[in-house]
Order: sequence, then C-alpha cells, then structure tokens
Amino acid sequence: MSVLLIAEHNNKEVRPFTYNAITAASQINEDLHVLVLGHKADDVAKSLSEVPNVKKVIHVDNEIYENYIAENYTSAIIKHAENYTHIVSSANTFGKNLMPRIAALLDTSQVSDIIKVISEDTFLRPIYAGNAFATVKSNDKKKCVTIRPTSFDPADKSGGSAEIVKSDPAEASSLTKFLKKEEVKSDRPELGTARIVISGGRGMQNGENFKLISDIADKLNAAIGASRAAVDAGYITNDHQVGQTGKVVVPDLYIAVGISGAIQHLAGMKESKIIVAINKDGEAPIFSVADYGLEADLFEALPQFLSELNKLNTIQK
Amino acid sequence: MKILVAVKRVIDYNVQIRVKEDGSGVVTDNVKMSTNPPDDNAIEEAVKIKEAGKAKEIVAITIGEEKAQETVRKALAVGADRGIHVKVDNVIEPLAVSKILKKIVEKENPDLVFMGKQAIDDDCNQTGQMLAALLNWPQATFASKIEVKNNALEVTREIDEGLETIQVNVPAIVTCDLRLNEPRYASLPNIMKAKKKPIEQISASDLGVDINPRIEQIKVEEPPKRKAGIKVASVEELVQKLKNEAKVI
Amino acid sequence: MSREVMEYDVVIVGGGPSGLSTAIKLKQLNPDINVCLLEKASEIGAHILSGNVFETRALDELIPNWKELNAPIKTKVTKEKFLFLGKQKSLSWPTWLLPKVQQNHNNYIISLANLCRWLAEQAEGLGVEIFPGFPASEVLYNDDGSVKGIATQDMGIDKEGNKKDTYEPGMELHAKVTVFAEGCRGHLGKELIKRFELDKGKNPQQYGIGFKEIWEIDEKNHSEGLVMHTAGWPLDNNTYGGSFIYHAENKQVFLGYVIGLDYQNPHLSPFDEFQRFKTHPDIKKIIEGGKRISYGARALIEGGIQSLPQMFMPGALLVGCDAGTLNMPKIKGSHTAMKSGMIAAETIYEHLTKNLNLSTYEQKFKESWVYKELHEARNVKPSFSWGLILGILFTGIDQILFRGKLPFTLKHKHADHEAIKPADKMPKIDYPKPDNVITFDKTSSVYLTGTIHDDNQPVHLKLKDPDLPIKYTLEKFDEPAQRYCPAGVYEIQDVNSVQKFVINAQNCIHCKTCDIKEPSQNITWVTPEGGGGPKYGNM
Repeated sequence: MSVLLIAEHNNKEVRPFTYNAITAASQINEDLHVLVLGHKADDVAKSLSEVPNVKKVIHVDNEIYENYIAENYTSAIIKHAENYTHIVSSANTFGKNLMPRIAALLDTSQVSDIIKVISEDTFLRPIYAGNAFATVKSNDKKKCVTIRPTSFDPADKSGGSAEIVKSDPAEASSLTKFLKKEEVKSDRPELGTARIVISGGRGMQNGENFKLISDIADKLNAAIGASRAAVDAGYITNDHQVGQTGKVVVPDLYIAVGISGAIQHLAGMKESKIIVAINKDGEAPIFSVADYGLEADLFEALPQFLSELNKLNTIQK
Repeated sequence: MKILVAVKRVIDYNVQIRVKEDGSGVVTDNVKMSTNPPDDNAIEEAVKIKEAGKAKEIVAITIGEEKAQETVRKALAVGADRGIHVKVDNVIEPLAVSKILKKIVEKENPDLVFMGKQAIDDDCNQTGQMLAALLNWPQATFASKIEVKNNALEVTREIDEGLETIQVNVPAIVTCDLRLNEPRYASLPNIMKAKKKPIEQISASDLGVDINPRIEQIKVEEPPKRKAGIKVASVEELVQKLKNEAKVI
Repeated sequence: MSREVMEYDVVIVGGGPSGLSTAIKLKQLNPDINVCLLEKASEIGAHILSGNVFETRALDELIPNWKELNAPIKTKVTKEKFLFLGKQKSLSWPTWLLPKVQQNHNNYIISLANLCRWLAEQAEGLGVEIFPGFPASEVLYNDDGSVKGIATQDMGIDKEGNKKDTYEPGMELHAKVTVFAEGCRGHLGKELIKRFELDKGKNPQQYGIGFKEIWEIDEKNHSEGLVMHTAGWPLDNNTYGGSFIYHAENKQVFLGYVIGLDYQNPHLSPFDEFQRFKTHPDIKKIIEGGKRISYGARALIEGGIQSLPQMFMPGALLVGCDAGTLNMPKIKGSHTAMKSGMIAAETIYEHLTKNLNLSTYEQKFKESWVYKELHEARNVKPSFSWGLILGILFTGIDQILFRGKLPFTLKHKHADHEAIKPADKMPKIDYPKPDNVITFDKTSSVYLTGTIHDDNQPVHLKLKDPDLPIKYTLEKFDEPAQRYCPAGVYEIQDVNSVQKFVINAQNCIHCKTCDIKEPSQNITWVTPEGGGGPKYGNM
C-alpha cells in the first residue's frame, strides 16, 4: 500500500499547500511518494526529496508539463497509478481541477476536500459550505482524495533524503492549449484568499478613518474587508464586503474592528480560524464569535495595535 | 452549436441547513430548494452565447427526483429550448452523474456542456472534470470568461494565483464560476411560456449505467461549536495572545 | 411604459389558506375558469407563519377526502392545558372551565406552511396557475374606477431607482375578478380599503404581533398532541397577550407568543417579552436541553366583525386576513380564512355565470358559519381593553354562560398606533440579556428565518417623512420601531454624534408590524423584489 501525491509547483518552487497535503497523505500511509510533473523543475524535485515524510520522488521532465494542463497531467498520472492505493493532491484550484479527471479514468468515486484522515479509507469532509461534517468511507480499490490544505499543518521541509527517480512523459493532449497566466499583482492579498483579513464596520465613522485599518493591513500583509453597514455608508467600495451577500472568507486571522456583528456579516467570517473583535460596545454580538475580544475605542486601540506590531519582528510577509 | 447545460436542485443557499439527529444527513423535508447557484451562471452563459448568434439550441438537463424538474423549468424560463430530466430516486455520486451525462451526450451530441463548478450541497467539485475524462474532451473549469472562437473556446479560469487563460477545442466541458456573469431573472411571461416547453423524462435505469454508491456515508454531524473566546484587557495582551497562543502573527 | 398583459378570469394575490381555497373552490365549481395565483415568497409556504391548531371544518367541506390525499394534518390534539403565569409560579385552569371556543379536542396540531404547500399541489392539480416569487405591487383600475387587475413588481431596479442590466419590467394581469388574499395588513388590501372606504362605519382594525419558534426537545419533555396556552407573566395587566405551546410530531414543539399591538408603553419590546417568557420555570423545563430550529414573526388581525371591512368592491374581493376573518378567542384564523375564500369562489362563479353582483359575497358570508362564529366571539377582545382580570371575568360570563349571545357589542375605540403613550410617561423595561440557550438576540433569530433581500434594490420600507423618526418619534416615543420590529430592521445610530435612523431593509421578515404600529403611520411597507423575505420551512 503506497500513496502517490501530486505536487503543485511553479517549476522553481514547491507551492506551499503541497506541504500541507504531504502531512495528510503521510497520515493515510507512511509509504508516500511524490510525483513532480514539470519542465526544468529539478529544484522542485530536490526540495521535495528533502521532506522527511517523503519516501520517493518521481520526476517527469517535459515541456508539456510547464503549465498545469489537466489533460496532460492526467495521462502521466494514470501511467503511475497502478502502483498505488491512493492518489492525493491538495484541494485548491490545482487539485480540484485535476483529481476528478484521474478518478473518472480509474473508475473511482473521489473523496473531495478532506479535513481529517480517520483511517486509510475513512475521512472527514465538510459539506454544505462547512455547515455539516460528513464521515465517509471509500469502498473503491483505488482511492482518489483531495486534501483541504488549511486543515493540516505543513510538513517539515528538511532533514529527509528520498531518492529521486526520473520517469518518461506520457502522450501530450492536443485538446487544450495554455495561453497565459495573469498573477494578481496587488500590494495586498485578495480578500478571498488572504491569510489575514482586517475589516472595518460602521464604527469607523467615515472613509478616511479606514487609513487606520490599511496601515495595519500593510504591516500584516492582510486583506481589507468591511461590513455591509460600512459599505452602505459609503466608507469603502462594495468589493470589500464580507458577509452572506458579500464574500465569505476563511482566513487564519480575522480582525473585526467597529463591527457589531450583524448576522449577515458573521455568516461571511465565522469559519475563520482565529477571530479578533475590537469594539467599544461590550455587548456587541461580534464578541460571541471572537476568540479574543478587546472592548476599547478603536481610535485609541488601532494606533496602539500598529505600534505593538511594529515591535514584533516575526511577522511573515 | 448546441449547448447542453446540467443543473442541480439543492437546498436554497439562504436556508440554514439542519443536521438530522440520527446522523443520516441533513433535513430536506419542507426546505426551500433552488437551482445550484453557479448552474444559473452556466445557463446564463449559454443563453448569452445563443443570443449572440453562436449557438442554435440549449438543452437543460437535471438528474434527480421528480421535483428536480423545477430546475429545468427555471432554465427553460430564462432561455433554454428544451429539457431532459433523468429520474433517480436516491442521491447519486458525481461519478454516476457523469456516467449518466455521458450517455446523454452520446445521444444529444452537443458541442459544449456547461455546468456550475461545484454543487453547494455535497461540495464535491467533480462532475464536469469526470465527464470530460469519460468523453475524452477538454475541460475548462472555474470559468470566469468565455469567448467563442472558431471551433474553440478561449476560457479565463479563476485559479489561486490569479487568472489563467486556456484554449480548448470544441467539443468541450466548461464549469462555471459565480463571477462569469449575472444571471437574469425569469420574467413572469417567460415562466408562463416555459410551462409549455417540453421536458423529456428518462429513467436512469433505462440508460444501463451503474449508479450504485461507492462511498459509504457513515455519519453527518454538526461542525464542532466555536469555543467561547476571552476578553483581553489591553492591546499589548491581544498582540501577545495572537503571537504566542494563537500563533497567527 | 409598456408591460406585457395577460388576461385571466380570476387573479388571486397571495398563496395562503384563503387564496388557495378560493382557487381550489373555483376550479371545483368550473374547471374552465382560468385562475392565476401570485405569491410574493420564493415558494408557497415560505412566508406562512401560524401556531397552528387547525379546525378542519372548512377543509372538510373543500376537500372531504383530505386524509386519503395525505394532507399534512396528522397530530390530533390529545390533551389541553391552560396556565396563568405569575413571575415564578403558575396556576393551572381546569379545561372544562374554558370557554367552548378554546377547547380543541377535535383539532389538529399542524404546520400551516406545510398545509399551504399541500393545498398548492391540489390547486395545481386542478389547473390553477401558481407563480411564486412574484409580488403584486400595484392595483390597476378601469376607467370606471373598478379594479382591473394587478401589476407585478419590476425586477432589477437598483437602490437609486435606476434599471440594472438584469431589469425585467413587471407584468399586468387583468382579471374579471381580482381576489386579494395577502394576509394581515396586505399592502394592496390597505390601499383598497382606503380607496373604496370599505371600513366606513366600522371600528378601527386591531392587530397583534405573533412570534413563533420551533424547538426540537428532549423526548421526556415531549407529549405529542398536547396543546398548552398561557396568560399573565411577563405581560402586565394592561397588555393583551399570551403564549401557545403545541407539541407537534417529530419531538418538535411550536412555541409562540402573541401581544396585542394596542400596547401603550413605547419601551415595551414584544420580542424581548417573548424571550423573557421562555425563562419562566414552567416553560423553561419544557425546552431545556432542546434546540431552537426556527424563528419567525407575523402580525395578525384581531378586530373581529366590529372591524371587518366591507369585503367586496367593483371588480374585486377581499378574503381571509386581508379583510380580517380571524377568530381571536378561538386563536384560529385558518379555517375562517379558508371558508371566506370558498364563499368568495362561489360568489365569483355566480358572478361569471349568472352575472350576479359581487356584493352577494357579503350576504353569503353573513349566512355562513364563519359569521356566526365571529359574531359569538365579538366581545372578547374588546373586553380586554379593561385589563387582563376584568377581561377574563367578562369573557367567562360572555363565552361560558351566554355563549357569545349577549345582546350588545363592545367597541374597539382606538387604532393600535394611537394607543402608544409618550416615552417619558411610561416606565422603562429592563430586559434580561439573552443566554443563547433559552433566549436569543434578534440577529441570531433573524438568521434562522433565512430572510434575504438583494442589497441593491430600493428600500421597501418607505418613510412618508424621512425626518420624522429623529425629529419627532425619537424624542417623543424613544423611536419604538427599534423595539416593535421583530427583525432588528430599525436602528438609531450615532454617526459622529449625529443621530440617524437606519433601515436595514434586508432583514425584514414581512411581518408588517411597523406599518401598523408606527405612531404617526409614517412607515409604509411595500413589496420588495420577488422572492425576497423569509424562507420559512414548517412554520
């Protein structure tokens, strides 16, 4: 029994979620192999071979793997699949696009987006946008599984020395052609995917005061959100709106400033890992979902918060 | 060109779902159901392509119990020409859905198959990709822009790093993102007209497809409740907690 | 502006028990009459909220084989209790001493929303065209002033009133007869009553606000078929109201509270009274360990025949609670609403086939058992204007000794919005904070209703004078909208030390209380974009 994990990378570096997927994959079985499909991605193969959890790296080098074309990836993965009981990848847009194509060809019912490995065939996964958790057992001989990266810690990146095996490419598909990729280059991360989100509500009192928020966002490399009330009041544009009718965000850290916590807003952020609420009204509903609540005037608290952050030197960019 | 659009009936996205006490699933009795939201985008895009003169016929298909027809009816009201309802009595997995769709594609010979990128009930995000694999067609998932070219589509996809544009040969499968377009309302006159459009009923068992489940649902439960938080006395304490206890900064 | 037009024999506005019964009865009388029914909710049943202990009398007449047709009417009332609540204690009132109208042994505990869904299936089976998600927003009139039909709401209008890309104009539905079945305080019904002076010579209409929660409770506390009512605490002697606790199927309890909207104290918060009521030891012990799964609220009509407007006008009829056919002492309005719809259908049938005047509706209504019921019940509600104790004493004499046959009729003297007294003349009420186990705040409650309105549409709660809330109502009455609204739609906010009246229209659960209780009648509820509002399940 062995597990084959499909690595996500940009031919130079391993994309970070691959490390989270490695943690989950090695919980399924310790005999974990990683498949690197890429073009001139030797550094990627090397990095992965240094991950202690990885027992073997299979490296296929060909220009047809320079970009993620699911059709090309699939034929290469199918070639290797017979040696494995599990094919896994992260459940981000990379793995979501790829894995079902593999599963269908293996006549396997895929288990998507798992958040916990219960045993080699039984997993926990969220359904209904995380409003329910399902425990599911796959009865297929070969299992295709995608892993919600944020539910697993990233694996250690050094200390291992797995062998790197070169392998031949499979046939290229002519059905799909890569044209271009536009990485969203913004000084700030996108609201939907940011690791940290700091949001302001009606307590900000006007648009200019959002500067207090953007200063902290710059420091934390956070995205800026807002409550519907703040958007309605014209303090900020509606693409910043977090909530049932705005964006639903699930960052590691969500900081709600001057937001009372109307239910529509809570619906958009309550799944965040850590929630901080700063509000002068100690009875505000936002405190009921906050891990850390600070009852304070935001106009005093925010400048202080920034100066405390400036004292830290560990903030990741 | 002919476009087949697959739509699914799911619990309305505004309804607070409730887990059944016996752990067998979520309560669906007397719960408001609607078309899976990104499936509405799929229909809208097909209608736009038809309005631009680039498609001749739009066929809406759903797979599900008797009432799943409502979603096809809605698709007909916003511009689909006719409907197909494949009747199944139980919930079936995306693999089985894609096998049924493959049979229908072989019968209908569409040039394009559109559907939402993911259903908001099981959150699987599989069917489009699986159907593409079974048909050996190209796939363009998470589409936020579609341009019809000569015998090909140029599709912009929403990916983690930003946007990716690919070209896929026709026939192709496209799964649609919510950002693809803004679905139109079904107007009352069009709903009235849609009542007269045909919906063909097919029983899944007549298609000769294995739809037996491969995955056992052992239990469904509520997510664990958030632990009660604490109030901190000062900004200093807050920063210390975030750094040392929560380890998020 | 050109809108598409469709012609029907009959157009019915509203898919509740009265509208659906009208539709079914019409098709039974003549399948060739074409009938169109519009409903503002996203589906039939989604805006229905009711107790509900159901008397089957009207349904027995309309669909005698409802049992065979598997109507969702299953739980027979097996046991009844009535409690007077003190702050900690309670006094159980023997049920044999209850007025006959309050005895329920032949009735059923049902979800009215589910019954409406079932009635809609029956209606569609008979060929009624039902269109949920389409509010009738406007009455259309012929040149001679008679009602010509209605128009549906335009869709895709933005906040400022401009057309969005998705704009779809409304549609005109013309009918030989239009039936208004919008339920309590229908916004078109209100317009018609005024325009045709249908309430001339009648007492002012009386309303209440009803709350309902559904709880799934511990098996050991559940007793399927048990119907319980309470009066007393937490309301004072001058405030009319009481609770219901119905043990339904599937370990569910329908728990509710009704408060007369003629309450005087602007500091009173009906929502918080209901929440507080649940903390009474005798109530708490029922729901403790259980889980609240639904919440909702709706205004109900309590005026009875003294306030019942004329129900016909040229080209149109009012049925059910759009007119006000609820039987208050019975705490039931579904069977009377259904019967009023059936009588309306007979009237329309004769109007269409024999050219009889629509005014025969009133005659038929007066000859029916509904009128007899309402007549016997007429003195109960007004007697409570003397307070709970005298009200109960009088009701005992009126209902038990005289069976509603006392030779006089008490009057409703004031409209509900006139009853409210200045804030500085009335005591403030200190409500306990929600514990999130038994009692909850408004926001988490509203969340359970599933209510939603597209943000980018005109606010559907119109202020006649936008300055009035801050300049007058706040000062004089401490802006009671903050409290009477069961969904937290209205807030007073301090923005840079300037007070502002904020309307969170997207929270609205279509109860109509603001339209009724606003002291200056400054708020008008109009229909939002179709499909908006709550998504009630088995309410």
